Amino acid sequence: MPIDKLLFYLDFPFVRYAIIVGVLVSLCSSLLGVTLVLKRYSYIGDGLSHVAFGALAIAAVLKVTNNMLIILPVTVAVAILLLCTGKNARVKGDAAIAMVSVGALALGYLLMNLFSTSANISGDVCTTLFGSTSILTLKAGEVYLCVVLSVVVLAIFVLFYHKIFAITFDENFAQATGVNTAFFNLLIAVVVAVIIVLAMNLVGALLVSALVVFPALSAMRVFKSFFAVTVAAAIISVVCSLVGILVAILAGTPVGSTIVAADIVAFGSFYLMSLIQSKEA
Amino acid sequence: MVNAQTLIKCRQLTLGYGSKDLVRDLDYDINEGDYLCIVGHNGSGKTTFLKGIAGLLSPKSGSIELCGGLNRNQIGYLPQMTVVQKDFPASVEEIVLSAFQGKHRLLPFYKSAHRERAMECMALTRTESLRKSCFRELSGGQKQRVLLARALCAAERLLLLDEPVTGLDPESTGTMYRVIEDLHQKGMTVVMVTHDVDTALDDATRVMDFNKISTKER
Repeated sequence: MPIDKLLFYLDFPFVRYAIIVGVLVSLCSSLLGVTLVLKRYSYIGDGLSHVAFGALAIAAVLKVTNNMLIILPVTVAVAILLLCTGKNARVKGDAAIAMVSVGALALGYLLMNLFSTSANISGDVCTTLFGSTSILTLKAGEVYLCVVLSVVVLAIFVLFYHKIFAITFDENFAQATGVNTAFFNLLIAVVVAVIIVLAMNLVGALLVSALVVFPALSAMRVFKSFFAVTVAAAIISVVCSLVGILVAILAGTPVGSTIVAADIVAFGSFYLMSLIQSKEA
Repeated sequence: MVNAQTLIKCRQLTLGYGSKDLVRDLDYDINEGDYLCIVGHNGSGKTTFLKGIAGLLSPKSGSIELCGGLNRNQIGYLPQMTVVQKDFPASVEEIVLSAFQGKHRLLPFYKSAHRERAMECMALTRTESLRKSCFRELSGGQKQRVLLARALCAAERLLLLDEPVTGLDPESTGTMYRVIEDLHQKGMTVVMVTHDVDTALDDATRVMDFNKISTKER
């Protein structure tokens, strides 16, 4: 029976850790995902995760025991650079993301190859990129860090929800009427970087974008207010991640790609729903 | 109006992008109670000047000063619509209410006074029946009226309008002008960038012509 098998697995702490982290990370990423997709920054997740991969390589070369100490600051710095330079930058938004993204990926792999002491480099790289097993090897400390950071991200989002909406819909208007848009753009950039780093554990560097864009795009097919879209994106994301993790455990498939597959199925169903909706109207 | 309070004071103002100056060495005052129309060809710097007043563009040299106790959060602004907005999943009410974000810094919800004011502004622009509608499903004229309602919510003393009637049918255009003129009669200072010279000039008390970079009083 699958239920028995599931209950058997749930007795293991690492499975419970995976579920906790999965739910929190997918919740945070979907909330910010709505803003990023609407601001035309869908690819920021991909870019930043590659930067995080590069930073991971640096951490590995320097033999830092707690690699978060390097990954988090580097990713935050690049996020601020990409999201806050805005319209006056010499290299425009999407081009800047593309450059930083492949650049970091290439240099990261290069560093790992040159300096790694591990016998199985391609295995290590594959794990980081696709998160094949890393979520099932989380330690209690990493889970606590993830919980704390997620709660902070959620608190910031709830507290500044209306500000985030105002800036997403019309940054110029917000600035002209006295909202400190520079500060809030900075805040969004930092929060996005934190979420991307957390989400890497779940689905790996290459698939992080999926957690950011799929729930938001699914919700936008059907719902008509920003609030409804945000809540729906959060629910879709959490459900897909839960389903993905459980299926991955039961069927022995890679966690990250199973979650993304669940997100794709959800997008397909919401797309169909929107077609039916527009026929009725 | 001789003793009218000055709200915006521009001195030796130069505005532009990169190496291109669109406004050069401009001295200009906007006074309380003005209905100022800014006209001129495309690319003559009308919108740039309005962005300068709105605080979206810093002067390359010279200064733009808010005077007479005017605070940035008392200014309403109707920018030209962006591509992002045309396809935005938000209800009309959410958009109009977002006007109040500059007025309270940390409150994570809206006060009932804000909600009432938002309803008033939606009534003024005849958008109250669209309150729950989705912005991306509205017509061009309806979208523009919603954005005007939002600008009204923010505007306590000064209203900046960037081509408010572009893309509107004659009826919506008429409504738009009536609403703006009403507000002006009630004491609102209005600065409007427009292509629609004839109609706009009927109501305006001052005109600024960017083709000549000279201004005349009426």
